[in-house]
Amino acid sequence: MTSLHFELVSPERLLMSDDVDAVEIPGTEGDMGILPGHAPVLSTLRPGVVTVTRGGKAERIFVRGGFAEVNPQGLTVLAEVAIPIAELDATKIAQQISNAQDDVNDAKTDETRRRAQENLDHLKALEGALQASH
Amino acid sequence: MPSLKDLRNRIASVKATRKITKAMQMVAAAKLRRAQEAALAARPYSERMAAVLGNLASSMTGRDDAPPLLAGTGSDKTHLLVVCTAERGLCGGFNSQIAKLAREHLEKLLAEGKTIKIITVGKKGNDILKRLYGRYIVDTVDLRAARSLQFSHAQAIAEKVLALFAEGQFDACTLFFAEFKSVIAQKPTALRLVPASVEGGGAPDLGGAIYDAEPDEGEILADLLPRNIAVQIFRALLENAASEQGARMSAMDNATRNAGDMINKLTLKYNRQRQAQITKELIEIISGAEAL
Repeated sequence: MTSLHFELVSPERLLMSDDVDAVEIPGTEGDMGILPGHAPVLSTLRPGVVTVTRGGKAERIFVRGGFAEVNPQGLTVLAEVAIPIAELDATKIAQQISNAQDDVNDAKTDETRRRAQENLDHLKALEGALQASH
Repeated sequence: MPSLKDLRNRIASVKATRKITKAMQMVAAAKLRRAQEAALAARPYSERMAAVLGNLASSMTGRDDAPPLLAGTGSDKTHLLVVCTAERGLCGGFNSQIAKLAREHLEKLLAEGKTIKIITVGKKGNDILKRLYGRYIVDTVDLRAARSLQFSHAQAIAEKVLALFAEGQFDACTLFFAEFKSVIAQKPTALRLVPASVEGGGAPDLGGAIYDAEPDEGEILADLLPRNIAVQIFRALLENAASEQGARMSAMDNATRNAGDMINKLTLKYNRQRQAQITKELIEIISGAEAL
């Protein structure tokens, strides 16, 4: 086996389904590099960046909330949120983070505060992923 | 016998109605295509999810530490029904079919002496169910403001269900929606959410190897099961959206055709009556001339 069949699926669509050389995924208990012929494994994911190596080029995709499954057919990553890093914009995110911070401060009930905080955490994870990729 | 003027007015009004139903049919057709694409795009995710869940669940069967979302709470007293319908009417029997299925289910549970709770998603289902079962409805979700269905909508509903479950408010949960079979066929479906219904046999052949799980299987399952509920609800909402447009399209197609038939009938009647009137007037003139 020389190539790895990789599928990245979010609830809204199938983002990628292709034969690739290697994939690095952010597992809950540490990053994992998956090469062709990897043993079957199941892992949950933490928010982070999936790096896909295809034809010598690396693609980075931010994922949040999901898990990965390796079986003899290939690797499947199911993520609730998946955004290619190239589509992210650092200044925009910084702006959104300050908005989200205001939301947290202004929240009147516990429920809205919790939601705003979740949103903020999500954005901070995005920012961190973006900085790490530069 | 309506006068000629009445008939003319009626023909004009049926023609206006036909224009409206025709337009609604075309709008539904355009929306149907989008909804169908969305439903198809979401399918891989829920299929993968079901496959992985099936794998894990089969390894958990018979173990005491299986999470309650999978194994159930051990009792079977209180049932939660999540009924998903459309926000709008004029789509044939779509809403009433789902409500009917839910009602049959409900009556059966009541006859068995179970306690029931209902969450309705969509205004129409709420309207139908609240008349008879208003006292059982614990929550309603309105998606009217949503322009397009996002996963976050499903997640919000799932959170409500999970919060109720965490408080021990119900033991079993069933989801009602219309499965999209084709443009002209929608099948009202009941899907058990809690305890999770997992179909076995879909496991890929691992060639004798077993999964390494990281962290352990129990933890993955605990993470996966709540997510699965959101995914199933999302799928139900998308299938529902596609079914609704399909149902509306065929209902409006029928209405357009009926309006056409009616216009033909009325026009025939109008012409006959006009002719009769002319004949009558001629006879009057002729007999008047003869009398002279």
